[in-house]
Amino acid sequence: MEDKVLLAHGSGGRLSHELIEKHCMPYLGNTILNRMDDSAALELNGRIAFTTDSYVIKPLFFPGGDIGRLSVCGTVNDLATSGAMARYLSLSLIIEEGFSVFDLERIMSSVSETAKEAGVLVITGDTKVVDHGSADGLFINTSGIGIIPEGIDISGGNAKEGDRVIVTGTIGDHGIAVMAQREGLKFSIPVESDCAPLNRLVSEILDVSSDVRCMRDPTRGGLATTLNELAAQSGVGIQIYEDKIPVKDAVRGMCEILGFDPLYIANEGKMIIIAAPEETDRIIACLHRNKYGKDAAVIGEVTSQHKGRVALRTRLGSSRIVDMLTGDLLPRIC
Amino acid sequence: MRYIDEYRDTELGKNLIKRISSLSKRPARFMEFCGGHTVSILKHGIRQLLPENIEMLSGPGCPVCVTPVADIDKAIALAHLPGIIITTFGDMIRVPGSSSTLQKEKAAGADVRIVYSTQDAIEIARMNPAKSVVFIGVGFETTAPTVAASVMTASREGINNYYVLSLHKLTPPVMKALLTSHEIELDGIVCPGHVSAVIGSGPFEFIGIEHNISAVISGFEPLDILLAIEMLVRQVEEGRHILENGYLRIVRHGGNRNATEMMADVFEPSDSCWRGIGVIPGSGLRLRERYRAFDAETRFEIEPQTAKENPACICGDILRGVKGPRDCKLFGRLCDPGHPVGPCMVSAEGTCSAYYLYGGEDGR
Repeated sequence: MEDKVLLAHGSGGRLSHELIEKHCMPYLGNTILNRMDDSAALELNGRIAFTTDSYVIKPLFFPGGDIGRLSVCGTVNDLATSGAMARYLSLSLIIEEGFSVFDLERIMSSVSETAKEAGVLVITGDTKVVDHGSADGLFINTSGIGIIPEGIDISGGNAKEGDRVIVTGTIGDHGIAVMAQREGLKFSIPVESDCAPLNRLVSEILDVSSDVRCMRDPTRGGLATTLNELAAQSGVGIQIYEDKIPVKDAVRGMCEILGFDPLYIANEGKMIIIAAPEETDRIIACLHRNKYGKDAAVIGEVTSQHKGRVALRTRLGSSRIVDMLTGDLLPRIC
Repeated sequence: MRYIDEYRDTELGKNLIKRISSLSKRPARFMEFCGGHTVSILKHGIRQLLPENIEMLSGPGCPVCVTPVADIDKAIALAHLPGIIITTFGDMIRVPGSSSTLQKEKAAGADVRIVYSTQDAIEIARMNPAKSVVFIGVGFETTAPTVAASVMTASREGINNYYVLSLHKLTPPVMKALLTSHEIELDGIVCPGHVSAVIGSGPFEFIGIEHNISAVISGFEPLDILLAIEMLVRQVEEGRHILENGYLRIVRHGGNRNATEMMADVFEPSDSCWRGIGVIPGSGLRLRERYRAFDAETRFEIEPQTAKENPACICGDILRGVKGPRDCKLFGRLCDPGHPVGPCMVSAEGTCSAYYLYGGEDGR
């Protein structure tokens, strides 16, 4: 077998089969996928949640994860935001000619481990190989199906005045861990990506609380952008407190150096939860019992003021608006 | 977190605000020179905490913002030339020229790369000997020494495909120009912290001596700025007009000798055009004769074109402190950080961007 993926591996012929059978199936195989039909036949009961996402991260391997783990977590977490327990995933690979087969296997192994952790099965998939230069190593798309438990109605439009805003842990870890690896920076910092499947955590929360109004994972655009989305969707104001937001020192330090604000840095293993005030103690206690929620904190509340916007109370006691992220995060000049 | 938390301490901050309020009797108008100061003031909500008789104006201390359209056009024209790699700090790529931005040119196929340091630009030149690598040198005295260092490296190592488009600006001359114009009357200036760390406090002493205006060099943390304002208020109330250093942990009277020597070795002062202000004698830096081989403007022929600006954009007035973002018809309507019309909305240190991001569309 070649040690690099060739264009011929995407031809649909013998080499394509070999690539899938030798390098993907050993990691991903299960009774549904093993049938090798063009579509998976499923039996599902109840309300279904369905979502899709594409993953184009650079570098492909980063402290705390890789594109494989990310492509499972991202989709599982998107399903979890509606309270759904992820069940099945599709997995599509777009591979650049010349990509290392060894790396492909590492990534498939990571997909497999993360899927096991989340309790999901990869039941259908696809591989395409494109010319050198037409993709950046490997792009992955996953779609996911999950079941929403009965009686659960979670939506970004449900926040009400007086509700509390909870974040499940420190913010900015993923974005900073990845940025520190990028060409030209190579900072050595003790921060790993928080990339993690949160469906079990969410399911534990729903077991202890029946009044969760909104959940959303603050990925690209960070906490600030996601809170703005929720404020707009619910037609409410959100007030947060600077000194309550959990941020690791190393993340703060790197943000200070580069001129970034941790509020805008991506997360891949965090959830924002908006819930009725009487539910917060129970939810926080539940979060603190799970390794993915041990740093969870109440960071603010929903208000009837400044509708559609997010305001932050600073450490000095002043207040300012927190806007959505616009454009790319660009390092400053001086 | 050490060296950060101390300078954001809630109790110390409240004490300083109390002291400012009890000291301050007469109306006073201060300008914070640096974009970094403006951002910190808005981000930490300092304006709301000051007594009403203290007015804070934002100054021209944002290097991206003061770069005229014609110079942005030059960078874009360079990006069009065959075999060129443009290297630049991040902020610059979104600044609108007459008809395009470096970001748009990149999308259209030009080789434009964001670097974090001039040494990265040198590395790109080393790795691409068949290409010409141009670094867009934008910045004040804080950035110029690192660009000087890159030119010295290129010269020493014989890297002959590395060039600098020197658009650097010097801060004391623009301060002098602003004060001499008497367009705005000021009682005090919050002077640049990191520029002073490089050139020392000496070059800003003229503010008190020649213009009878109080001046304090300030750091960028909220307590640094509150301390500087407290020192300014004290001077104003006591009728003193001198330069004081409120950033003792970083700024020495003589500055950073290594940095200034490198700058002086590679660059010489030149006349330079500032957006919204015009040409100020001796306010720019060009490569000295012996380093001219690394000068992008000498090496490449750039077709001059007529620079076009949106006539409704008042970035120029904002840079001089004559107007604020709220006075601009475009602010928050046609101009926001996603669709910037002028440079003050692009740069992270730009006044309009800081007002928009931290003060909301009404710019408070």
